[in-house]
Amino acid sequence: MFRYYVWLALRSLRRNPALTLLMVLAIGLGIGASMTMLTLFRTMSGDPIPQKSSQLFVPVIDNWGPDAHSKSSEPEQDQLNYVDAMALMRAHQATRQAAMYQVGFALTPADPQLQPFQVPARATYADFFEMFDVPFEYGNAWGAADDEGRSEVVVISRKLNDKLFGGANSVGNTINLDQHDYRIVGVLDHWAPEPRVYDVISGTFDEVEDVFLPFTLAIDRHMTTWGNNNCYDSRLPGWDGHLQSECIWIQFWAELPDAAQAQRYRSFLDNYAAEQQRSGRFHWAPLTRLHNSREWMVVEKVVPDESRILVLVSFGFLFVCQVNAVGLMLAKFMGRAAETGVRRALGANRRAVFLQCLVESGVIGLAGGLLGLALTALGLLGVRALLSEDLARMAHLDAGNVVIALLLAVVATVLAGLYPTWRAMQVQPAWQLKAN
Amino acid sequence: MQIRPILSAMRRNKVGAFLIALQMAVTLAILCNALFIIQQRLSLMARPSGVDEDHVFTINNQWVGNPDDLGARLAGDLAALRSLPGVVDAYASNSFPLRGGGWSESVNLKPEQKTSTAHSALYFADEHTLNTLGLKLVAGRNFSADEVTDRNGDDQVEPPAMIVTKALAEKLFPEQSGLGKTVYVDKRPVTIVGIVERLQVPWVSNSWSEKFVENSMLQPYHFLAQGTHYLVRTQPGQLDAVIQLAQKKLFEINRARVVDKVQPYAEVRALAYRNDHAVAVILGAVCTALLAVTAFGIVGLTSFWVTQRRRQIGVRRALGATRRGILAYFQTENVMIAAAGAAVGVGLAVGLNLWMMSAFEMTRMSVLYVLSGAVAVVLLGQLAVLWPALRAASIPPALATRAA
Repeated sequence: MFRYYVWLALRSLRRNPALTLLMVLAIGLGIGASMTMLTLFRTMSGDPIPQKSSQLFVPVIDNWGPDAHSKSSEPEQDQLNYVDAMALMRAHQATRQAAMYQVGFALTPADPQLQPFQVPARATYADFFEMFDVPFEYGNAWGAADDEGRSEVVVISRKLNDKLFGGANSVGNTINLDQHDYRIVGVLDHWAPEPRVYDVISGTFDEVEDVFLPFTLAIDRHMTTWGNNNCYDSRLPGWDGHLQSECIWIQFWAELPDAAQAQRYRSFLDNYAAEQQRSGRFHWAPLTRLHNSREWMVVEKVVPDESRILVLVSFGFLFVCQVNAVGLMLAKFMGRAAETGVRRALGANRRAVFLQCLVESGVIGLAGGLLGLALTALGLLGVRALLSEDLARMAHLDAGNVVIALLLAVVATVLAGLYPTWRAMQVQPAWQLKAN
Repeated sequence: MQIRPILSAMRRNKVGAFLIALQMAVTLAILCNALFIIQQRLSLMARPSGVDEDHVFTINNQWVGNPDDLGARLAGDLAALRSLPGVVDAYASNSFPLRGGGWSESVNLKPEQKTSTAHSALYFADEHTLNTLGLKLVAGRNFSADEVTDRNGDDQVEPPAMIVTKALAEKLFPEQSGLGKTVYVDKRPVTIVGIVERLQVPWVSNSWSEKFVENSMLQPYHFLAQGTHYLVRTQPGQLDAVIQLAQKKLFEINRARVVDKVQPYAEVRALAYRNDHAVAVILGAVCTALLAVTAFGIVGLTSFWVTQRRRQIGVRRALGATRRGILAYFQTENVMIAAAGAAVGVGLAVGLNLWMMSAFEMTRMSVLYVLSGAVAVVLLGQLAVLWPALRAASIPPALATRAA
């Protein structure tokens, strides 16, 4: 029976090609626009490490005092200063913890014919790689001893390894960064968290850095941050002045496997801030926060307002398209009221008419959905050309989005077809036959 | 034109009329708000940065390692750049307008102040800066060569003097001229020796920087760091040639460097406003599609009604109705539906705007938008109904006499 209905639907659609085309086009456009925007939005608001996101936490400590925040009582800091970051590292109150900041180098290739080039890098601790489930292609992370000993070791990205070593196992080789040699201990496998969850302060949607090196070594070598450095009060001159200042420039992550540990860490932070108050560094009551990574993405407004507005507008558009489809389908179904009357008179019950119309709207929905998918691919291509490089990289269609698009199209169209179907069901066989 | 017969005919086809009205209402609401956002983005993008953008380009220079003769290297590079044919002037800085990254400081009237008087971008500059960027000095003087000192990243040298933008001077001293006044930057006193007409901050189109987007100060320092930005102004028509020449020259002087982001200012601007541009284009595309879908929906549905009523129209024609009368019937019907839709749409549009104001950083939309949107939607309806209405008008009266 179902196949018969599909056959009937196709016949009916062929009979009125202009109207069919209009419906499919409207649904396709609606799906195309809304899926393009939804795809972007879903990637931006994505959780790149779902298995860990409830266990990774960002501590916030108010080291500027109440004068620094505008009206709200929330601390406005989103990074730590060196003093606090080191205190938290030393206290070792989490299962794993890593302070980190963004740096960069001029890399001089071994081949003297080649020009030096810039590599973005991250100074962090050994725990970083386990915390964020970073995949390795060769070798592994450096160890706690290297953190301690300020070893000249690096982990490099797969991209850099491809560029310098043609993708071969380069563990044990050295690279020259700003005229210092560093020994490669690990090469990452493909790793592209979107957003770049561990640092959403600057370059939220950037690619992962090409080089990772011990934080302790970076501090030893006076490497200033390539990211954001935010100072509230004046500071003493020189590198030590920078380290001792209340300027915030360090991202800090703590891994706390369960709620009890998170709670313990919260009280640890409060105790720490209270201690700073007692020692005279803070002239205010402790104000600390501990956000897990999902909460942190919200606090840091990782998804820009624009993206939400575009989703909103495109779904409004989809709504208009569907209302359009309701009208056209109604026209179509009522246009063949006579035919329906004959079918009813020949013995088709209401259920049969209902199913037939529903199958027809489903077929339209599917056609619209397929067109919508094609338009989504086209739309993403267009969006890629428009958006900045970092966002553009994220605009791709994955299997999940394809399924959502098709489901959305069919469900929306069948829903839209419900009223016209119901009206068709109400056709009185006798009345229709009489009228003719 | 009699409205009563139209109304009673519509009553027999409530749902169809309702669907068109609903479509028009939502179309109106989306259209107004989208156009409003587009207009806002375009006006953001149209603001001048203060720089002579047609003739200036930037080079990001990064030395390999941390050489201790940074000052001499910087002076050598700049002298070489300035002597290139086609170059008007050049200087080096920590940042420049629209770059996307840079320094900002609070500026105060007293050394110790709880809340700061103004926030401002901080650019390092020398005596060549005004000429390189093409800035217009409206009061005071330029830096002299002997005022410009070396500054390392961590140093906090006393700035002897600075040049500020008109916007910053007026923010600090609304009542009088800021020229010659002493203000406090990071608790250190500094005298304003010059005022330039306009110079935007490095960050545009984010809510934090929009509050001080024209507040900039120039301080006389040679910024000695591993990475700096060279800005070069060229003679008209020489931009592309100088861009090639400059890179070649820099590598001739010293190969141990990375030269990156060699960008004409047009490119800097396009990058700075890229996402605003994208939002405007995407919304524009959605609006176009929206109008098309709504218009074709009206065409489709009205055509269907015309087909359905062929016999009745034939009868009316046979009874003496003119073609014009039939045309007017469908047009009036559409105006009535569109007016109802537009009335609801105006409410929806304002509601959507109010909601967006509370949910996002959005300003109030002017009533003019909503009203012109309403007129546009009604006109769109008239345009869309024209073809089916003409078809209806062409139904011959003889149809009434034929059997169905």
